[in-house]
This record gives sequence, structure tokens and C-alpha cells, in this order.
Amino acid sequence: MKRSITLNVNGAARTVEVEPRTLLVYVLRDELDLTGTHIGCDTSQCGACTVLIDRRAVKSCTVLAVQAEGAEITTIEGLSGDDGLHPLQQAFWDKHGLQCGFCTPGFIMTAVDLLSQNPEPSEVEIRHAIEGNLCRCTGYQNIVAAIQAAAGAKR
Amino acid sequence: MATLFGSGIKRREDPRLITGAATYTDDVKLPGLLYASVLRSTYAHARLKKVDVAKAKRAAGVVAVYTGADIKEKVNPVPCAWNVPNCDLKVPPHPPLAVDTVRYVGDGVALVVAESRAVARDALDLIDVDYEPLDAVVDPEMATKAGAPQLHADVPGNIAFTWKVAGGDADKAFAEAPVKVEQRILQNRLLPTAMEPRAACASYNPGTGQLTAWITSQNPHIHRFLLSVMLKLPEHRIRVIAPEVGGGFGSKIPGYADEALVGFAAMELKRPVKWTEDRSENYKATIHGRDHVQYVELCGTTDGTITGLRTRVYAGLGGYASTAAPGIPTILHGLMCSGPYTIPNISVTVYGVYTTTTPVDAYRGAGRPEATFLLERIINLYAQQIGKDPVEVRKKNLIPKDKFPYTVATGITYDSGDYAGALDKALKLVEYKKFRSEQAKGRKEGRFLGIGVTTYCEICGLGPSQVAGAVGFGGGLYDSALVRVYPTGVVRAYIGAKPHGQGEETTFAQIVADEFGVPIENVEVVAGDTEATPQGWGTYGSRTTAVCGSAVKLAAQRVKEKTKKIAAHLLEASEADLEWKDGKFVVKGSPDKGKTFGELALMANVAWNLPPGVEPGLEATAFFDPSNFVYPFGTHVCTVEVDAETGEVKILRYLAVDDCGPQINPMIVEGQVHGGVVQGLGEALQEMAVYDEEGQLVSGTLMDYAVPKASQMPRIETAHTVTPSPVNPLGVKGVGETGTIASVPTLVNAVCDALAPLGVTHIDKPLTPARVWAAIQQAKGGGR
Repeated sequence: MKRSITLNVNGAARTVEVEPRTLLVYVLRDELDLTGTHIGCDTSQCGACTVLIDRRAVKSCTVLAVQAEGAEITTIEGLSGDDGLHPLQQAFWDKHGLQCGFCTPGFIMTAVDLLSQNPEPSEVEIRHAIEGNLCRCTGYQNIVAAIQAAAGAKR
Repeated sequence: MATLFGSGIKRREDPRLITGAATYTDDVKLPGLLYASVLRSTYAHARLKKVDVAKAKRAAGVVAVYTGADIKEKVNPVPCAWNVPNCDLKVPPHPPLAVDTVRYVGDGVALVVAESRAVARDALDLIDVDYEPLDAVVDPEMATKAGAPQLHADVPGNIAFTWKVAGGDADKAFAEAPVKVEQRILQNRLLPTAMEPRAACASYNPGTGQLTAWITSQNPHIHRFLLSVMLKLPEHRIRVIAPEVGGGFGSKIPGYADEALVGFAAMELKRPVKWTEDRSENYKATIHGRDHVQYVELCGTTDGTITGLRTRVYAGLGGYASTAAPGIPTILHGLMCSGPYTIPNISVTVYGVYTTTTPVDAYRGAGRPEATFLLERIINLYAQQIGKDPVEVRKKNLIPKDKFPYTVATGITYDSGDYAGALDKALKLVEYKKFRSEQAKGRKEGRFLGIGVTTYCEICGLGPSQVAGAVGFGGGLYDSALVRVYPTGVVRAYIGAKPHGQGEETTFAQIVADEFGVPIENVEVVAGDTEATPQGWGTYGSRTTAVCGSAVKLAAQRVKEKTKKIAAHLLEASEADLEWKDGKFVVKGSPDKGKTFGELALMANVAWNLPPGVEPGLEATAFFDPSNFVYPFGTHVCTVEVDAETGEVKILRYLAVDDCGPQINPMIVEGQVHGGVVQGLGEALQEMAVYDEEGQLVSGTLMDYAVPKASQMPRIETAHTVTPSPVNPLGVKGVGETGTIASVPTLVNAVCDALAPLGVTHIDKPLTPARVWAAIQQAKGGGR
């Protein structure tokens, strides 16, 4: 039995009909066409579906859409503003922090959360903070470099 | 004018990827879209007594359900396309959905098509399957033994092929050699784990009879051909689009049943159909990598000259022969068993073996990691036996740089190399002697420090089409580019390969922009649509830059030759009097009199005033077929400290010195090395696909399969030497796979070196703390 919910996504109210069992990630991708949020696993390991819920990084495959009602949701599409790329998007580009790009939105969202909590993380802290996101292409080195660069740019 | 070739410019594909604007296959959405889901066998080996889909068909929202029996006349078996000759290859048919027998957990049993993902998935639970279990066999060596369960009626002993290569006289060398070493080596089975799982979406137009298929593909033209075979649809009626592809590592090369089933359903139902696997499904239904049991022997002199190598390898193929599977352990592994060394006598025997497991095919490195590992490991055991430093033994046997092109005992000819040069550079950077003295000091303090040094070379840039044909590869291995110049002087290069993270939208644009003297912003590279791109063979085997990049260069040169003719005409000069200077053709001696590329592009396209015999328009297509493979090489070094109490391995330094010839974009090259090395360290330290005796995949989710995490991996130091290849116009070699090829033995040799004082000589990878600890206990005589 579907029910109507209103989600606040990237600053706009979006009303959708969903089954209560539907995961947030499927509503974002299939109902709202926000396909920048990806699905890389079914056990909440890979982090490709990471979004911000009330400014904290959350794997959107671990949340039912109905649970997200009333919360402020930000996806990768909502990160860059009128003034251009978010500093983390820019840093991933500058530092070659991506190859196939599939995991990248999730990493960027996780890193946004990290830098909001810890504006000057050490390399060890960065590597720990992104443990919940998997990348098979980069070996992580340039992802770490990108996050360091974005932290530096903010200072 | 400064060239872009050699410049580490930022990638041009990134803006869409970092903003969520890229379109991957599962992002494709079409009006009236249906969703497919595949019921997969839960048994490794069983007779299908009954597949009852009645209840599923009646469920609300279900549009169709198909079984193997329903489609066996309509969809052809999944083909194997690398029919290696002279090895008595047996390829039993692989039905797209099982008809009477399932042969691995994950083998397709039924297809559901429904109005939503959830309904399609739910309906799988309504299908009633009656399995009669048969015995499973998961180990490729055990599967060849008398009494082992038989998978296919016409494949006695489960042996799909017996492939041999020999050069010199290995048996004589072993009979005469004063030193012999041997080791049984296990190449752990791996799960490729491209972060994007496989997906397919198909749409059929009954009016035109055209099928459009979006596929997570490394090689859309190959998939077009395979779909044509499976769906019995002429090739020109199939358009394959590989949109953004989220990594492949080999797993998106093969033809799979699922992609064909989606196409079949779209044609049957006259509605678009999409299927996307989830990760647990990916681990069962998408190919695996490696899985060898290797018996390796090496012989030599007491002073370190290697005189012979003998191997016997059991290569697991899984339940069926996947698209390229027979070629991986033979051509790409067996022929590479001489590595960078002058080994005069070699004998290699490879058995390809069917087991009740997911099919095994190309995984990053594909055969060369298994060859490099066995060689590097056995050389260290040899050095240990004769009491020599393993680096000295390597130096003594490396092919000297003045001997290229060099033909090894397995019969292949290496293009170019300076192996000792890369080794010397690495030893200097890592301060080898200093580390050895620190190691000696550490040992006195009870610390277990170790160093591994791998000198490698590998075969890539696949490859000459004539050789492809000779070794049974079911296609060509040239590649292509169509360079089209628009009236306003902007350029598109349509390429036959299909990059999926390797950055050729940038590096190929660098080639074109250099050739035309135009800003790189004016150049776009298009890949992944068979309707737009000329026939090509895809992105794998580190071939894209060496082969397809060369086609780009040649096509751009052809375009430029035409603009030169037009320039000569407009400048009223002979072509011989023109020179290309600062982005213009100018008359020699009068640099003010010239025509820019943009002006010539306009004139070619409007054709107001062309020289006699010159056709309007400005585009050229080139097909480049190399004269040989390329053989990149290098030296990787790793230093470790092992905690002998816990078995934990700590990487102190990892240095990669690679030679892939001239680098178009050093930033991208470095990224390839980082990623490859970490993937290899995963294989060496923690990754393993584990089957239990009943053929259940125990490591069947990303919770159980240990893909490396950022916190587990070290920083990688990189350096390079530059030795051009003579076999392509760019002089380039491949670098996509060197990381997984070189890093695995480097790490394992470092750990074995660290533990040598305890009597540990070999540990089978992955070197988890439990395995390292057990090896230490065993060496101490404590048993397991």
C-alpha cells in the first residue's frame, strides 16, 4: 500500500507516492531522477549511495524513504551552487581523485561531512573517515589528496 | 608551441562525474520501462526436476516469466569466443537459462519481467524449483582426479583443454642442473568488484526491427556481435550503447546470458526492459578471476644463472567457458612464463578445468599476474637455496637492453626494454643496501623486517589481428578512430575502444589538439556507441592507448594532410613550400602568409574553393593494427614489518618504477599505478573468493569479501623510466595492469623475506594475519 510523503531534497519539497518498504536511494534515483546517487552493493558496505541527511553523511540504502520525511536531504546534484563547484568537487577534479566516477558522489558527500566536523583532518583521520566508502580504481591516494586540498582551500 | 602530449592536465570527463550528471546504464529510463530479475540456482550442481512459474505469472504487476525450456529455441547459448587451437578445447553449450542441469550457484534458472523492480524481485520467491542435488567440485586440481563429479558429459575429467608450450629442452636442463627448487602455488580466486554492478536496458522498435541495448560494456562492438549470435538478429539491426561505465577490470568484457535475456524480453514484449544486478548477485553471476593451482620448478647453477623452468597449472574455468576464458591461462599466462629473464629452457602445461563455480575470465592483468607471481616467487626460493641476494639473481638473468627485440623460449618477441635501468632506479630510490642493514639490525632486536623486489615485464597493447586469429581469438585486435572536423573548426574523435575510467577522453584529445594546433576545449572524444563509432575491439589488455590512440593519431594526420593540400591551394604555393608553425600552415620564409586550422576547416566544409580533385568535407577514419604487442616493464619494491605474534603485516614503503614508454598524461598514468597496486595488494593481503565443499560461495557479499579500504592501504610512491615501443606511432605501452601484475609477488616476497629467519619459505596468499601466524607456527614446528 503506497503512501504519499514529502521529502525536502536539495532545497525543494518533493511529494512522492512510495511503498513504506522503499529505500530512500530508490526514491531518489527512480522517482526523483537524482541518479547521481549510486548503488554499489546491497549490504551497506560501499557507500556509493551516501547523501547528507540534516547535514550528516548517511548511506541512503540504510534509510527507508518514509523515515526521511521532514529531514533536509542533500544529494550530489545539490552540492554545487550558483557560484560553481563545491570546494570538494573542485578538489576531486584538481587532484585526479576519480577514475570511473561511480563511487565519487558518495566519497564527496562523506568528505563534506568529515570537513564539517573536522576542518583540518590528518591523513590518518581522512583514511579512517572514508572507510565506509569503497573505490576500486584510485587506490584512494588521490581521494585523500583531494580531501586534504579541499581542507586546505577552506582554511 | 608547447605540446599537450606529456602534460598532466586535468581530466575532461570529470565535471559530469563529480556533479552527478553522468548517465550510467541503470540511470537510463524509458517510457513504459519494465524491470527484469533473474532467478539463480542456489545449488552448485543439480538436475532441474521442475521449474514451476505459474504462481509468479499470476502475481500482480508481473508481465512475463520465462524458463530455460521456454527460450531454448529462441535464444542461442552464450558463446565462448576465444577458441585456443591445438589444445583439444571442449566447450559445452552454455544455455542462457538452465534447461536440465545447473552448474554453479548463480546459474540462471528463470527470468521475471514486471512493472517495477520490487515486483520483479518479489516474484522470484513465487517460483517453485525442484532441484535434485549432484556432487560439487570447486578445486580445479581435484576436479581432474578420478572419481570427481563430472560437469559435462563430453568433457572427461572435466578437462576443457590441455595446452602446452615449450622452448629449449627443460627436461635436459633439469637433469643436468646442480640446483632445483619447486613450489606449489595457489592463485586465490578473486571477485573483480567493479563498483558499478552489471546492468542492461533494451528497447526494440518493431517498425524498424532495430534493437537498442544499453550495456555496462568494455567493448560495445564485441557485445553487438555476441548479442547478434545469441538473439539471432542481424548485427546491423543492433545498436549497443555503453554509456558511462563504472569500472570493469575485465568483468565487463564477456558476453553474459543476462544482457541477451533483456534484449529477448524487449523484443517479445515490445516494451523496454531493464535489469540491474545487485552486489550479491554480481558475486555469483559475474565472472571471477585467477583460480590456479600451480606446480612450479626452477633449475639453475650455484652462482645464480637460471637454466630452466617447468610448470604444471590447473586453471579453474568455472561451470562453463566464458567469452575469453581459454585464452587467459594459456596465451596471456603460459607464453609470459619467461618474464623479463633469459631462461633458455621452458616447459609449461596448463589444464583448463571445469568446476561447479562461477565462470572465471579476464580480471585486471588476466594471466600475467599469475605468470609473474610464480616466476618471482620461485626465483626468491632459488636465491635462498643458493645463498644469494634475490636482487643479484635477478640482475644476472635480466634480458640486456641491447638485445631487443628479444625472443624468449616460449616463442614471443619482446619489443623494447631496459630492465636493469628500471631496477637500478628502484634500488636507488628505496635505498636497498641501507634497508638490508636496517633489516639485519632489526633482526637482532627481534623485529621482522622484509623487502620484496619484483622485476617484471608484461604483454599488452593487444595486439596484432593476425596473431589474434592464429591463437583463436574470435575477433580482430586492431582499433579505430573517426576524426571529424566541423565547419567552425571544432573536432570530434569517435573511437572504437570504450574507456571506463582510464581517461582517454582527455589523453586522446591531447593527441588531436597537438596535431591540429587547436585548444583542447575544441576537441571531444566520443566512445561507447556502435552507431557512431567505427568498428573497434574495446578497452582491455591495456590496449586502448597503444592501439586506439595510434588510430586517433593516424586519423588526425590524414585530416591534416588534407588541410595542407587546401592551404597550398589557397596560398598559391606548393605543398613542399609549406610548413606547420604555431598552429598554421605558412609559406616557408614568409611566416605572415598562412592559414590556421580553423580557416582550413571552414574552407574544407563549405567547399567554395578547393583544389582540383579534393573532395569537400573534413574527416578521416583510421584503423590501426599494430605489428606486435607492447611489453611494458619495471621494478616494484615493498618493505614490510611483520608482527610475529599476531601475523599482521605492516607495509612500510611501496615503490613502483614503471616504464610504459612516453606518457601522454603523467597524472593519469600515476593514477593507474596507484589503483592497480592497491588492487594487487588486496589480492596479496586480503581478497579471496571462498567456496565451501558444496560449492556455496561463502564470500558472497561485500560484507564477506575484503575489498581494500583506505585505512588499510599505504601511500604508493611512483617513478618511471621511458623506453619507447617501436610498434606504434606514439611509442607508448600500456599501464592499466602493471599494478596488479607486479605488486602481488612484491608484497608476498617481502613478507617471506621478513620471516625467513623463522624458517618460513612460502605462504599462500592472501596473507591474512591468521595465515601468516599459522605459517610461523608451522615453521617453528608447532603445527597448525
